[in-house]
Amino acid sequence: MQRTVLLAIALAAGFGSVTAAPVNYQLPNEVAAFKPGPNLEVVQGNCSACHSADYIKTQPPMKDKKGFWQAEVTKMIKVYGAPIDDADVGKIVDYLAATY
Amino acid sequence: MFDRRDLLKGAGLAAIATALNSTKALALDTVTLPFANGERPLVKYPQKRPMIGLTSRPPQLETPFAVFNDGPITPNNAFFVRYHLADLPYNLDPDKFTLEVKGKVDKPLKLSLKDIKKMKATEIVAVNQCSGNSRGFFEPRVAGGQLANGAMGNARWRGVPLKAVLEMAGVQAGAKQVTFNGMDGPVSDKTPDFVKALDLDHATDGEVMLAYGMNGEDLPFLNGFPLRLIVPGYYGTYWVKHLNEITVIDNVYDGFWMKSAYRIPDTPNNAVEPGTAPKATIPINRFTIRSFITSVPDGAKLKAGRATLRGIAFDGGKGIKEVEVSTDGGKTWTSAKLGKDLGKYSFREWKLPVKLAAGSYDLKVRATGNGGETQPDTPRWNPAGYLRNVVETVRVSVA
Repeated sequence: MQRTVLLAIALAAGFGSVTAAPVNYQLPNEVAAFKPGPNLEVVQGNCSACHSADYIKTQPPMKDKKGFWQAEVTKMIKVYGAPIDDADVGKIVDYLAATY
Repeated sequence: MFDRRDLLKGAGLAAIATALNSTKALALDTVTLPFANGERPLVKYPQKRPMIGLTSRPPQLETPFAVFNDGPITPNNAFFVRYHLADLPYNLDPDKFTLEVKGKVDKPLKLSLKDIKKMKATEIVAVNQCSGNSRGFFEPRVAGGQLANGAMGNARWRGVPLKAVLEMAGVQAGAKQVTFNGMDGPVSDKTPDFVKALDLDHATDGEVMLAYGMNGEDLPFLNGFPLRLIVPGYYGTYWVKHLNEITVIDNVYDGFWMKSAYRIPDTPNNAVEPGTAPKATIPINRFTIRSFITSVPDGAKLKAGRATLRGIAFDGGKGIKEVEVSTDGGKTWTSAKLGKDLGKYSFREWKLPVKLAAGSYDLKVRATGNGGETQPDTPRWNPAGYLRNVVETVRVSVA
């Protein structure tokens, strides 16, 4: 919302103007995607709100996958306040352990 | 925003040409970092040359290691990028930017960028290194950003001493710490905002700086435009970007990013037995001493005969006294010639001519600081993957 308003102001001021303007930094489009797997839509719905899929994809291969991903999901909820329904926690952990 | 010189250097020119007028992610190629699950895209962002893409939201970019062989200063367009939280101030207006100084001060301040640039400027050459630099090499592996050795860089920072700004505001008696907040923040208001703290003595040491300039230019957006904190010798977690709020407090700040995150074991070498948890922790602070060979990548094939090995070394602020190189896997060591001294917080270049006959070699490099500390032969371990400074080895075959 705020971004749109500022962009509109920048447009009104005219491109190529020498006066300083908002930065309007453009990130490249996000291409990282979650791998196919069970409960994919639950994972997309919960995890994508705060970070891209490559955050998960680049984690190291661990021996105890389930324990590792359980700890990560718990951290997202307890530490970072991710609003994940209790019913979804198990589904997300199962997807992550089976897929990454 | 694209820099044509960089584009021409990059791979896949045809692909780039078709994408010049779009903002599509440009996956130029991939690189494989030397640890399990180390494949990464090379990505092109505005103001940056092709960088190793770690994550796209928030943006995290690692410097391709070959850049460090180009000189002791890391170019702005190659400097690494690390964010925690994805709500970046993409539309900030530098003309409306204000830095607020508040809390236990006599005269709270609201300074514009112009106000800050009117103050007497200082410069310092200093390394910024992510706390998680080299985390991908930890064994056993640990969670977090899986970086090789490219989450570091050395720049000439220009700005004003934090001390001068705090003196303008008038720090009150009883003040203990100073906290720093930037314009970037969390997506959810349940996520702790990224705020860091320094003890008052440290904040007023005259070296900690508010920087608007980097290598003679404005800070790149992703490196904290228009103002960031510079904490020479300290890990990057303290170098708050898009800095717009400084608060003097009379207690020890207990926010998440100081009290729970970025902690190291409170043991003599800040390490614990691999795979175990520390009993007590302290906030991460100064860099450990490190050195690298930059002229020869691991696995290189060299021609028999004379060659000059080159590289860099740095530490947490004592400065580099000596760099030694071994071509026999650490049995014997030879002192390298140090390059120009750009200051005790800077990368220090080194070089050493060597003569290599045909065969396989483990090349090693080891720095010693002016305080006498040096690098360990075996890696230290801690659960967050911080402080790596083992003597690095580059394996080459000579024919």
